[in-house]
Amino acid sequence: MTSPADTVVRKGLSPRKRAQRSRLIQYAILIALVLFALFSANWGQIGSVFFKPEFIKATFQDGVLQALVKTVEYTAGAFVIGLAGGTLLALMRLSSVGPYRWIATAYIEFFRGLPAIVVFIAFSLLPLAFEGMTIPFDPYGVVWLALGIVASAYMAEVIRAGIQAVPKGQIEAARSLGMSPGLALRKIVLPQAFRIVLAPLTNDLILLVKDSSLVFIIGVAATGYELTGFGRDLANTYSNLTPIVVCGFCYLIITLPLGILVRRLEARAEKSR
Amino acid sequence: MTDRPLVHAVNVTKSFHHNEVLKGIDLDVEAGQVVCLLGPSGSGKTTFLRCINQLETIDGGRIWVDGDLMGYAERGDKLYRLKDKEIAAQRREIGMVFQRFNLFPHMTAIDNVIEAPVQVKGESKKVARERAQALLDRVGLGDRTAAYPAQLSGGQQQRVAIARALAMQPKLMLFDEPTSALDPELVGEVLAVMRELADDGTTMIVVTHEMSFAREVADTVVFMDAGVVVEAGPPADVIGNPQHQRTKSFLSRLRSEHS
Ligand SMILES: Nc1ncnc2c1ncn2[C@@H]1O[C@H](COP(=O)(O)OP(=O)(O)O)[C@@H](O)[C@H]1O
Ligand SMILES: [Mg+2]
Repeated sequence: MTSPADTVVRKGLSPRKRAQRSRLIQYAILIALVLFALFSANWGQIGSVFFKPEFIKATFQDGVLQALVKTVEYTAGAFVIGLAGGTLLALMRLSSVGPYRWIATAYIEFFRGLPAIVVFIAFSLLPLAFEGMTIPFDPYGVVWLALGIVASAYMAEVIRAGIQAVPKGQIEAARSLGMSPGLALRKIVLPQAFRIVLAPLTNDLILLVKDSSLVFIIGVAATGYELTGFGRDLANTYSNLTPIVVCGFCYLIITLPLGILVRRLEARAEKSR
Repeated sequence: MTDRPLVHAVNVTKSFHHNEVLKGIDLDVEAGQVVCLLGPSGSGKTTFLRCINQLETIDGGRIWVDGDLMGYAERGDKLYRLKDKEIAAQRREIGMVFQRFNLFPHMTAIDNVIEAPVQVKGESKKVARERAQALLDRVGLGDRTAAYPAQLSGGQQQRVAIARALAMQPKLMLFDEPTSALDPELVGEVLAVMRELADDGTTMIVVTHEMSFAREVADTVVFMDAGVVVEAGPPADVIGNPQHQRTKSFLSRLRSEHS
C-alpha cells in the first residue's frame, strides 16, 4: 500500500540518505576550513601577539586579580541597586495610580532605548556640569549608580512579569487571612515572583558583568580599574594584546558558571511546570 | 446586638459589568451553626462567599458579621468604604477555604499555618508554632509539618489549608467547594475534618455538592439559583422534601450524575 505522496519521495533520495549526505558535506567544509587556517595563518606571530608567556606573567604581577575583584564588586553593587530599583519600578508599573505608571514606563523605555555607553559618558561629564559635585564611596558610588540606573530598567520588566505570573488565588488567600496589601506583597507575592524570574534575572546579571566593562569611560582612577580598563591600559603599555586576552578569560571565569546556573534554573522551572 | 445572628446579610446585590450575579440575597447564620449553600454552577455561590469577606465589594445591601458591617462604616444614613487596613482587620475574623487550596507554595505546611498569626496578629513564633502543630495534628497531618505543598496530595493540602484558616481563630469559616478539586478517594478525609469542626461548634458556611454532608451536618440548607435564594430550611425539608421545581430538578440532576 503506497500512497501517491510516498511514491513522489521515493523517486529521489530517501530523507535519511539526504540527511546523511548533507552531514557529509558539512564535515567536508569544516575540514577544509581548519586545514586552510592551519597552513595560512602565521602561528608564530599570533602566539607572540595574543599569548606571549612573559606578558601573561606580567599581567598577573600587575594585578589582574585585583581588577577581577573590582569587576565583581562593581557588578554586585550594581545588581543590588538594579534589583531594588527594578522592583520599585515594577510595582510602579503595576500601580493603580496613573502617574506612577507613566513615570515608570517613561524611565524603563528611556534607559532601555539608550545605549548604556551614553549613560556612562553622561556620568563622566557630571563633575564638569555640576562643579564640585561628588558622589560618595568613590569610585564605587558613581559606578554602582551608573550601572544600576541602566540595570534597573531592564530588571523592572523581568520582575513585573514575575509578579504577574503569581496566581491570583495566592493574593486572595493572603487577603482572606487578614494580610494588608503591603504584607501580602512582601511575604507572598514577591518571594514567589523572584523564584519565577530567577533564571532571567541571572541572565541580567551576566549582561551586567559585561556592561561593567564600560565603566572606564566614566574615568575612574587607575586603582579603580576593572578588567577591561586594566587590560586596555596594560595592552597599551606593552603594545601587545596578551593582557586583553587574559582579561577576556577572567570574564569567562565569572560568566560561564552563571550561564550554567541559568540553564539549570531554566531546566528546574521547566520541570516544575 | 446580642440577639443578632453571627452572620446577617440583607438584600445583597452584586453585578459584574451589567451582569447581575446576586439579586438580593438574605441570609442569617446563628453562631455555632452550619449552613450549606447548594445551587447550580454560575448561580452566584462563590460570589456571595467572597462578598462576605470583602474579596468582592457589594453593590447593594448590607452584611454584618458579629455586629460589624463588612467593608463599610455607617455614619448617619451614609456608607463610607473602610480603608484597606480596616478591611484586612475584619477579614482576620473570617477563615476561608478555597476550591484550589491556594497554599503558599514557597512555605512548608507549618509555615503556611503560622504565617498569618505571626505577621498579622504579631504572635510569637513559638506560640504560633505550638498551636500550628496542634492544628496540624487535629487535621491528621502532625507528621507532615515540614512538607512543602507540592509534596502533599490534594486532600492533604486542603487539610493544611483548613488548619491555616483556623490558626487565626476565626469566628466564621467559609468553604468554597472544598472537595471539588479532589480525586474521589481523597474527598472523605477532608469532609471528616469538616464534620469534626462542625461538631466542635464552628460556625460554617459551606458551598458543596456533597449531599450526604449537607444532609447530615448542615443545620440549614440554602438553595440558590440565578442569584436568588430559592429555598432555605432544615436539610430534611430542602433536600428531603423540596417545594420548588428548580430545587427538585437540581437535586435529581445531581443524583443522576452521582449514580
Ligand atoms: N470576577 C468576575 N468577573 C465577571 N464575572 C464574574 C466574576 N466572578 C463571577 N462572575 C460571574 O458571576 C456568575 C456567578 O459566578 P459564581 O459566583 O462563581 O457562581 P457559582 O460559584 O455558584 O458557580 C457567573 O456567571 C460568573 O461568570
Ligand atoms: Mg463556585
